Amino acid sequence: MQGIPFKGRGPWGRGVLNLDPLGLVSLSILVFLALAGLSPLLASRQKTLLAITFLGSTLASLIALSGGFLAVYNSSTSSMIMPVGLPDLPFYLRLDPLSGFFATVVAILGFLVSVYSIGYVKSFVGVRSITPLAVFYNLFLAGMLLVLVADDAYSFMVSWELMAAASFFLVAFEDENAKARKAAFIYILIAHIGAVMILLSFGVMSGAASGFESFTSYTFSSMRANAASGHITPAWAAAAFLLALFGFGAKAGIIPLHVWLPEAHPAAPSNVSALMSGVMLKTAIYGIIRVSFDLLGVTEWWWGGLVLIIGLVSALIGILFALLQVDLKRLLAYSSVENIGVILISVGLSMIFASFKMGALSALAMIAALYHILNHAVFKGLLFMGAGSVLHGAHERNMERMGGLIHKMPWTAPLFLVGCLSISSLPPFSGFASEWLAFQSFLLSPSLPSPLLNLLIPLGAAVLALTAALAARCFVKVFGVAFLGAWRGSANANVHEAGFSMKAGMAGAAVLSLALGVFPAFVIGWMDSVPSMLVASTVQAESPFGWLWITPVAPERASYSAPIVFLGILSFVAAAYLLLHARKTAIRRGPIWDCGFEKLTNRMQYNSTSFAMPLRRIFGFLFSIKETSRAQGNPNASPMFQDRYVYNLKLRDRFWYLFYKPASDLSFWASRKVGRLQHGRIQIYLLYSFVTLIVLLMFS
Amino acid sequence: MKSVYPLLIEALQVLIVLVASPLLVGWVRVLKCRAQGRRSAGVFQPYRDLSKLFMKDIVLAENASWVFRVTPYIVFGATLMAGAIIPIISVDLPLAATADIIALVALFAIARFFTALAGMDIGTAFGGMGSSREMMVASLAEPAMLMSVFTVSLVSHSTSLSFMAHTLLENAIMLRPSLAFALLAFALIAIAENGRIPVDNPSTHLELTMIHEAMILEYSGRHLALIEWASMMKLFLFSSLGVSLFFPWGIAGADAPAMLPLAFVSLAIKLALVGAAIVVIETRLAKMRIFRVPEFLGAAFILSTLGMLSFFMLE
Repeated sequence: MQGIPFKGRGPWGRGVLNLDPLGLVSLSILVFLALAGLSPLLASRQKTLLAITFLGSTLASLIALSGGFLAVYNSSTSSMIMPVGLPDLPFYLRLDPLSGFFATVVAILGFLVSVYSIGYVKSFVGVRSITPLAVFYNLFLAGMLLVLVADDAYSFMVSWELMAAASFFLVAFEDENAKARKAAFIYILIAHIGAVMILLSFGVMSGAASGFESFTSYTFSSMRANAASGHITPAWAAAAFLLALFGFGAKAGIIPLHVWLPEAHPAAPSNVSALMSGVMLKTAIYGIIRVSFDLLGVTEWWWGGLVLIIGLVSALIGILFALLQVDLKRLLAYSSVENIGVILISVGLSMIFASFKMGALSALAMIAALYHILNHAVFKGLLFMGAGSVLHGAHERNMERMGGLIHKMPWTAPLFLVGCLSISSLPPFSGFASEWLAFQSFLLSPSLPSPLLNLLIPLGAAVLALTAALAARCFVKVFGVAFLGAWRGSANANVHEAGFSMKAGMAGAAVLSLALGVFPAFVIGWMDSVPSMLVASTVQAESPFGWLWITPVAPERASYSAPIVFLGILSFVAAAYLLLHARKTAIRRGPIWDCGFEKLTNRMQYNSTSFAMPLRRIFGFLFSIKETSRAQGNPNASPMFQDRYVYNLKLRDRFWYLFYKPASDLSFWASRKVGRLQHGRIQIYLLYSFVTLIVLLMFS
Repeated sequence: MKSVYPLLIEALQVLIVLVASPLLVGWVRVLKCRAQGRRSAGVFQPYRDLSKLFMKDIVLAENASWVFRVTPYIVFGATLMAGAIIPIISVDLPLAATADIIALVALFAIARFFTALAGMDIGTAFGGMGSSREMMVASLAEPAMLMSVFTVSLVSHSTSLSFMAHTLLENAIMLRPSLAFALLAFALIAIAENGRIPVDNPSTHLELTMIHEAMILEYSGRHLALIEWASMMKLFLFSSLGVSLFFPWGIAGADAPAMLPLAFVSLAIKLALVGAAIVVIETRLAKMRIFRVPEFLGAAFILSTLGMLSFFMLE
């Protein structure tokens, strides 16, 4: 469909390494692994280690980027078999447009964050050893890419666990901090509950293909072939789908399995949070799409309905929780829950349409989901990098003690603002393009044959609209409280701007956010090969000057031209500015209006808690909120004129007690029970082995 | 002729939005004075106010950053861009294809986002209070508005404003329950979005009741003029969006320059009636307490969702 400059081979032809897209991605994985292996050798020279690790990972990311980009652009599928792993169970690798797309997303953010990390990690040098960070950072990126190219259940699970383990150590990087250790524990607990379900899901699919006795059909291709030939019964298919949905959902952070996210993201170093939130969550979405569209093939409409409902709940509750947070990184973590919800809304719609064989609509919703995945990776990466700069420059994560950073951080502030505008889906930035597509897929949906779905679709559009508006409110709060106004923290705080490489990483993400918003037609044209592979349909309708417009279905149904809107606003703004500056007027600075009170302090500004107060009143029933205020000082004085007032606000995630606490308690209980087996005496362990042998002999 | 005509219409429309919006506000003020037994300053007073503000020098708060200074221009630009895509007198509007109804709502959202940031920028309690309240109102009004216009676009099978007005113009008059819900919701939202009584009062400067005014309290000179002008345009645009979506009769169809005079007259009559309706509401009702506003907007949101539901269920 497109021009095919290098179909099937890399830009340098077939050299020593076979540089097709898969070859490029594999090469980058090897580079990441090599960097991880090299790091401990350089442990004594931390500065060299820093430079080599992160320059190396920028390079490896660029290689992976070219591979992923080409796979999507050429719509090519390549595969290979790696003779590693257990005997008779080699690793199957495959790069198709779907995995190519996700590899591109991982590589783009990997590149930007690696550039950023050169400056960010420098602040750790001399304070603590950065060797574990260097090792696990590269292992983490390698793991994510391996997950994407794995083409059998075995290598998939190995890569999945590599990714989980590497990120566990990254979350626990500042391990002298009890909070970081606890966060890492919660994270690995939920990750493993998810991993077990994923494993079971593969087991069901593979068992349905070859019977539960043999292990021959562990490859994805045999699962795919089996589902396509209709051998799998609907009940088994549903079981595999549900297991995969909740298994991957635990990693994606769908509600109610999200409790690890707001703990792990703030605990990890900010460059890692950017990667975890920006791309690791997306590998879980990849898993859901891979299993449901590719391996099983969507057959039942209720699958899509369920995904849609989960998406709606996650989006709405996620953003409401985000609005109430005062810790900047926690807020961003909850906002990731929301964005995963928004992505799942589109995925769910796509599944619904696919189950009714509406190819064009399904492709549209799929494009909306993929576009939002790409956008969210970029702008959430940008926001986490910005939060890292604030943490680095102001040593503060609590927004209640920030303010006025725009004066001290003249680069970070506008770049962070771009992230805020994108995530609030305001044109011409990137978030709007994907939101527009998602709304279009709602609006173009015809009456569906199920009354339940006809009820769900308008409600879904309503919740999506509400979520988008609440996101704008949330990020007005973030930028307004943290960057605008005046500094609320201690008077002698030494706030400074981020260094060059941090600014470069953020600037790259900001420019990309704008570009993704202004030129959506190019992006959609590029990623059209993914829906054409999964649902055999594409989106873009033909129209003159195609690059200027996005026109799903037909121009008279809907069209949006981001470049013209951007230019239009820009020219109106420029015209107003020039006309008003034709005549010289004086600008005088004066004190702010204080109602004649004359004793305004910076603490009298609206802060994060007061900004969110109307929300606590409207949606308070969703949270467990404890609010107390009492006066301290002279008990005889009038309550209006006390020395001090102490205000306490306690906010808890209800899901914590509902879902996480029982799971964590159960795991501790089980480990205590199992722990009783361990006595530390060699005779008893020998006895265990003996009993096991006897039992096995009896059964064989 | 054929290629120039749409461009002329576009230029004419931008001019109308710029010039006629203070007139609508003046008209509302005059009627309101009459209704309340006061003497009015005439329909042209808003023009005098604006020109006075444009002449004045600027006093900027000590702490104000560049966000505070660019906001008036962005608000003005985004609102005028919205004015360039709503078909007011003719459906032959070239820019209408570049931004549809979703983008229209987003354009107003840009203006609001920056106004709220400007309120937080100076670091007063008023500014923060105004921003917090404005975003509270907006976070409920914006989805309600989307749902309400979505119902219209489901009926007309398009989200492009020109095509929507065109389809509704062609169709025979027909009472649809979905459109009735959508219109009612739209009216409630238009009141809230423009900060009119009973949600907000554009002429109040009483500290505890301000919403919109609290955010822009520190503005002066040409900055204030741009913001005031933008809010006049916003009222004009919401009124004309309402009439072109729900009562499109009189709008000139595609390539019909002969219909333009009639389109002008019908627009003037319709907007005069809208102004009268605003005055009736504002003189009959008192301003609500701030925490009654979510109930008001919640009602609008539910009405608009009902509109969309009834389209899927009944039509």
